[in-house]
Amino acid sequence: MSNNLRINKNNFIDQTVRISFKFNGRRLFGYKGDTLASALLANNIHLVGRSFKYHRPRGIMTCGSEEPNAIVQVGKDPALTDPNVRATEIELYEGLEAFSQNCWPSVNFDIGGINNFLSPLLPAGFYYKTFMWPASFWEKYEFFIRHSAGLGKSPTKPDQDLYDHQYVHCDVLVIGGGISGILSAKLSAEKGLNTMLINDKSHLGGSTIYQNDDIFKINNETSNLWLKNQIEELKKIPNLTIKNRTSVAAFHGYNYLLARENLTDHLSAHERKEKIRQRLLKIRAKKVVIATGAIERPLIFNNNDRPGIILSSSIKKYIDYYGVKTGESISLFTNNDSAYETAISLNKSGVKVKVIIDIRENSNSILSEKIEKAGIKILKGYTITNTDGYKRINSIDVMKLSKDGENVIGSKITYKCDCLGISGGWTPMVHLFTQSGGKLKFRNNDNVFIPDENKTPSEQISVGSSNGDFELDDVINNTVKNIKVFLGLDKNNYENLDIKCSKEKQKRNIWLLPSNKPISRTKPFLDFQNDSTAKDVKLALREGFKSIEHVKRYTTTGMGTDQGKLSNMHALGIIADTTGTNMGELGTTTFRPPYTPLTFGAIVGRNVGEFFDHTRRTAIHDWHLENKAEFENVGQWKRPWYFPKNGETMYQAVQRESKAARESAGILDASTLGKIDIQGEDASEFLNRVYTNAWSKLAIGKCRYGLMLNEDGMVYDDGVTTRLGENHYIMTTTTGGAANVLSKLEDYLQTEWPELNVYLTTVTDQYSTMSICGPNSKKIIAKIIPSLDLSDESFPHMSFKNSKIDNVNCRIMRISFTGEHSYEINVQSNYAKDVWERCIEAGKEFNITPYGTETMHLLRAEKGFIITGQDTDGTLTPSDLQMDWIIGKKKYDFIGKRSLYRSDTIREDRKQLVGLLTDDPKEVLEEGAQLVESLEKPIDMLGHVTSSYFSPNLNKSIALAVVRSGKKLKGKKLIVPMKNKNINVTITDTVFYDKENKRLNA
Amino acid sequence: MFIINCPYCGERDQTEFSCGGEAHIERPKQPTELSDDQWAEYLFMRKNIKGIQFERWNHIHGCRKWFNVVRDTSNDKIHAVYKMGERPPVK
Repeated sequence: MSNNLRINKNNFIDQTVRISFKFNGRRLFGYKGDTLASALLANNIHLVGRSFKYHRPRGIMTCGSEEPNAIVQVGKDPALTDPNVRATEIELYEGLEAFSQNCWPSVNFDIGGINNFLSPLLPAGFYYKTFMWPASFWEKYEFFIRHSAGLGKSPTKPDQDLYDHQYVHCDVLVIGGGISGILSAKLSAEKGLNTMLINDKSHLGGSTIYQNDDIFKINNETSNLWLKNQIEELKKIPNLTIKNRTSVAAFHGYNYLLARENLTDHLSAHERKEKIRQRLLKIRAKKVVIATGAIERPLIFNNNDRPGIILSSSIKKYIDYYGVKTGESISLFTNNDSAYETAISLNKSGVKVKVIIDIRENSNSILSEKIEKAGIKILKGYTITNTDGYKRINSIDVMKLSKDGENVIGSKITYKCDCLGISGGWTPMVHLFTQSGGKLKFRNNDNVFIPDENKTPSEQISVGSSNGDFELDDVINNTVKNIKVFLGLDKNNYENLDIKCSKEKQKRNIWLLPSNKPISRTKPFLDFQNDSTAKDVKLALREGFKSIEHVKRYTTTGMGTDQGKLSNMHALGIIADTTGTNMGELGTTTFRPPYTPLTFGAIVGRNVGEFFDHTRRTAIHDWHLENKAEFENVGQWKRPWYFPKNGETMYQAVQRESKAARESAGILDASTLGKIDIQGEDASEFLNRVYTNAWSKLAIGKCRYGLMLNEDGMVYDDGVTTRLGENHYIMTTTTGGAANVLSKLEDYLQTEWPELNVYLTTVTDQYSTMSICGPNSKKIIAKIIPSLDLSDESFPHMSFKNSKIDNVNCRIMRISFTGEHSYEINVQSNYAKDVWERCIEAGKEFNITPYGTETMHLLRAEKGFIITGQDTDGTLTPSDLQMDWIIGKKKYDFIGKRSLYRSDTIREDRKQLVGLLTDDPKEVLEEGAQLVESLEKPIDMLGHVTSSYFSPNLNKSIALAVVRSGKKLKGKKLIVPMKNKNINVTITDTVFYDKENKRLNA
Repeated sequence: MFIINCPYCGERDQTEFSCGGEAHIERPKQPTELSDDQWAEYLFMRKNIKGIQFERWNHIHGCRKWFNVVRDTSNDKIHAVYKMGERPPVK
């Protein structure tokens, strides 16, 4: 079939540029300016997909983003293929390849079509009702249900396209490139305001740009020519930015909007190379004009979903804009005048309009007179009761409507046709208005929800048909009048235009049109993509669903990729009719962003791969790399996890590192620990208030371990703080808690204790920390800094000295997280790698062993030291951790103190930290495993394992756990039930190694 | 997304701030004197008003200062911002 449905007269398609493309493997041709939909229609292809549930053949139904049926898979490349794209929005390019979705083996012969004959068995809620019993079978059902769900196929390889984000600031943002948007943008820009006009099509002009009949005239020019001149002028204004192919996805508060700009989707593969595919605009506008237009409604009647049934306004666009006839013999079915415009356009282009069926008893307007003059037959007060034709409509049955519109009367007339245009009136696109917080009101005379001007958020306005103006003169005059007030304009050229247009006088609306068959034997589709019918909505109401939000979810009406743009209004209308409520009271379902689907690519922009999150590396990171460390992510930090040697496994490496640290010397990069410099005359008092223990008496040069609580008494963070001077401390925090601790301390200083003179500065990145531990650590330090007195008298445990390595200042603390004799060297980060290498060099003779976080965890667990965040989870008090010794009993107050004797925190059966030993010393428990007393059902869960390791120094498995009433249960036998076995354990003390702390001074 | 007028820096995007919940809940000066119920009132009880609400905000990715905001939670309109320690503007 060639382009035999193309007519030659029109301005928008460049018939000199022929474009070849493939649809379902078949090579076809279109022209520059076509969409995939218009090119398919020109090739006389209507059937493009199958519906979701019944697999009914479906055709192109619209010409825009509301398209429910013609959604296709674009491209075959596993990295670039794009599912669920609307054929009506894809601009044709050379080499375009598209496929039908949701059909197998082909759209023409689809096995799933069997569902159509089973449809009486597949009512609303079918899956909910059927797959409930027996509950244990769900896992089996799920496989098949998941398999049959979904439309297109996701790409299976990483996206190779580039995406971008851009911040935009403007005085006025105009959304919509139709006549009201163009006038608004022009008025705004001419006033000198920095204006942006966003248009989701490739050309400006909306539907007026092809409204070429002389019924519609502005200042004696046909409306399309007048508008064309306006657009030419508009393009010359320097302070106006026009964004075509751009769709506003979301309208948030404070005039913050997100829009997706398509940059390359209309280009052929070789033109796309190296270009950014889509750009997400993050727009902050002082004022916003919503001119998003309206979408034509379908009509709801029996078998209203056949290929060849198209919205009447879309038929007009296909003929007037694309020069494509959607059929050779077209009938129209309407409840309003706009189908008459389509009839006039078709008639002018030489397409036979067989009959217009109008449910109104009367219609007299300039349009209807012109139709009658042209000799086109209008059946007034009639309805369509059925359509025929499986893969393409071929006939319609027409009957007279009763006066009340609830029945059909008389005899059936059948008309042959290959295309049916339907028009059920217009729905203003109020999505963005309601997203921004605006409230709607219902206009009864033509059944539309429109923005309520009294409930419109400030600094925005809706104009044109999105505000409920549908006639040309109303659109222009109201837009000009309202924009003038909104932008505070003086007199302008658009206030006294001479506008001629037809005015609609009669209105009649029937949400669900009657048929000569009982409703149970009809298929009046509401949501074409999800296959929900008027019957389903009525069933849901009978089954007791009342809220429209529930009916929506139960029937899936409006839940397709088109989000019910087309026929949500009919669902509401049918609910209102059935329940006898007023639609205004019923309201609408919630309009949520995005307005049209967004790609994940556009959402994430450049924040992919290594740019997904910040990576923090310590100053010694390169050394770790050179020495083949495996890394662990701790927050944003990369920390060495372990240093495998000669193909060691993690277990082997950790065992070796742990042994070495206790037998001779180990070295750890502890630079990631948070470091907060605290200065000010009230620093001691401040520490008194934030830590549980006493700080005022800490001597200069001494270190102390502190526990920080939340106000609810639960352990929040811990670390060692050193007094550097009279009014100067350096606090360390956990790696993950650093930022939060600083914020929390700042909060108290600024808001609760502004009288304290204390300054907090984070120095985490400025200082690097290396911890050298083990019996030979002292000898290593002595080699690096021979001048330093390391005697226990001069430099005891929990003290600090300033020193120098060559000329580099360093702070040395004698503190230990392993229980071994150890030192922490803190130096300015730019010297850290050098100092680290000196330690390694000096430690060579003692087999100094670098170790990572895993060995650090193991060594501290041997000593029963907690890690906040691993052994604690925000529900444990110091007492729960058996750390009562750290509570300053004499202190009047500190953060969390009062909570430590609330009725709940003094309960004796709280979960408490204990040690665990497995009966089989080789058995290592899984962290997170549950602890129980007996296996008799119902099993009472007593607690869980928080830390677990095989200790090479004790040659047995050790673990920490939190257990209900654990403090009292020392010696008790418990069971850890695992998938394949039950492990017997005994509750012990939390300290497994060197209980007398002899090694600290060894 | 709001624009918040930080009293120290001026108008900035909401992404620079973090909200610290209801404002003007003073930490009791003598917690030990309080009953469990009184302490629980301070610790846990927060209003969740539809309408005008007084909130604490922190310019966490800016000057790091805490301040107060009067916000209408029904439409997110911010009616006033004022520094810590200042009196709330009378409604």
